[in-house]
Amino acid sequence: MRLLTHNMLASNVRGATTGYPLTLEATNWCTKEVELNSDFIRGLLPKIDWRALVAATRAVGLPELLPEEQPPEEEIFADGAADVEGSAIRRIHHALLEVHVQEGSLVCPDTSRCFPINKGIPNMMLHEDEV
Amino acid sequence: MPRPEFQAPPDVFYNESEARKYTTSSRIIEIQSRISERALELLALPNDGVPKLLLDIGCGSGLSGETLTEHGHHWIGYDISKSMLDVALERETEGDLLLADMGQGLGLRPGVIDGAISISAIQWLCNADKSSHDPRLRLKAFFGSLYRCLARGARAVLQFYADNVKQSEMIVTFAMRAGFAGGVVVDWPHSSKAKKSYLVLTCGPPSVTTSLPKGKGENGEGCSDDDDNESSGEDGDRTVGIYERNRPKKRQKTKKNGKGKDWLLRKKEQMRRRGHDVPADTKYTGRKRKGYF
Repeated sequence: MRLLTHNMLASNVRGATTGYPLTLEATNWCTKEVELNSDFIRGLLPKIDWRALVAATRAVGLPELLPEEQPPEEEIFADGAADVEGSAIRRIHHALLEVHVQEGSLVCPDTSRCFPINKGIPNMMLHEDEV
Repeated sequence: MPRPEFQAPPDVFYNESEARKYTTSSRIIEIQSRISERALELLALPNDGVPKLLLDIGCGSGLSGETLTEHGHHWIGYDISKSMLDVALERETEGDLLLADMGQGLGLRPGVIDGAISISAIQWLCNADKSSHDPRLRLKAFFGSLYRCLARGARAVLQFYADNVKQSEMIVTFAMRAGFAGGVVVDWPHSSKAKKSYLVLTCGPPSVTTSLPKGKGENGEGCSDDDDNESSGEDGDRTVGIYERNRPKKRQKTKKNGKGKDWLLRKKEQMRRRGHDVPADTKYTGRKRKGYF
């Protein structure tokens, strides 16, 4: 599961008011290299919950990867920034698309319902009384 | 071949052996690929070359998601069968995978998805596989959450196999109630094999620019591969049949003609010209002899 997907997910459990952001508890994760596409990041960034993303990077043990506040767009999408190692857009790309959580769990902030992650696949199935 | 919906719930039917069989069948791979291409076409994404974040609902072992990856898009796949998802992991699909029941709602934040496709999955929602299942409530939960998570103006293309007209109508009804605009596009409606139904939905109010696309193969324009095979087979059969029927008739006619008085008179004249002794023509010429002779 990518952190991008984690950022999109919300809990469906009965009794959950907002249901997101889910608290990520990662016990195992890995990285897979993906080609950077500035246009994709540009289109995606307005939809990202930045605080949830920062919390997720800390949960996997990368507290220094992203700053607490979202950097301004001029800085992220500056000309040639995509080619600079360690630039803002590179780090955002890495966090969203290259970090994969393999084992762990997702916790609903409202009901504390725990969704296990096995082999990179979250189990979002609800029991009958939770629908 | 009986429909899988009537044999078992999807998470039971697609067990380990069935999931593997499904994924290694070259025919199924080809069909899935073709339907996915068509669904992506109907999605009508802007041609700006920018990758989109798409949903693949009922992604199974990643056959349909593979088409999305080939076009450069990122996708999140949902499936209820753990075995299918395990096969997807083996095949190292690019998209993110989730084990979830779409009848319980998709569980996504509002307005974050650029488009959604689904290949032969939503007909499963019409079956009550558990005592707690109500197909109408499940369809409502599914379309409601789908509408919520799609961005304004985004589209969803859901290909499905309806068991009957009522099922088709029920699916469309709940899609409209959730707020979608659009309808069903049918490719090859006259072919029982090649016919495919796509529920094409647009998120947001309908407008003139978002008219429903036309299905392929309507009004007899062009033919799909399956159609060609079927029709040529039929033609062959008819030709053989006609040929068989003609032969006996000809024989019968020939027999009926036989030899009459005219033939006899022509023969006598012929013999005279050749110098043979020929009896004179009388009123008895060509008549049958009596029995006692």
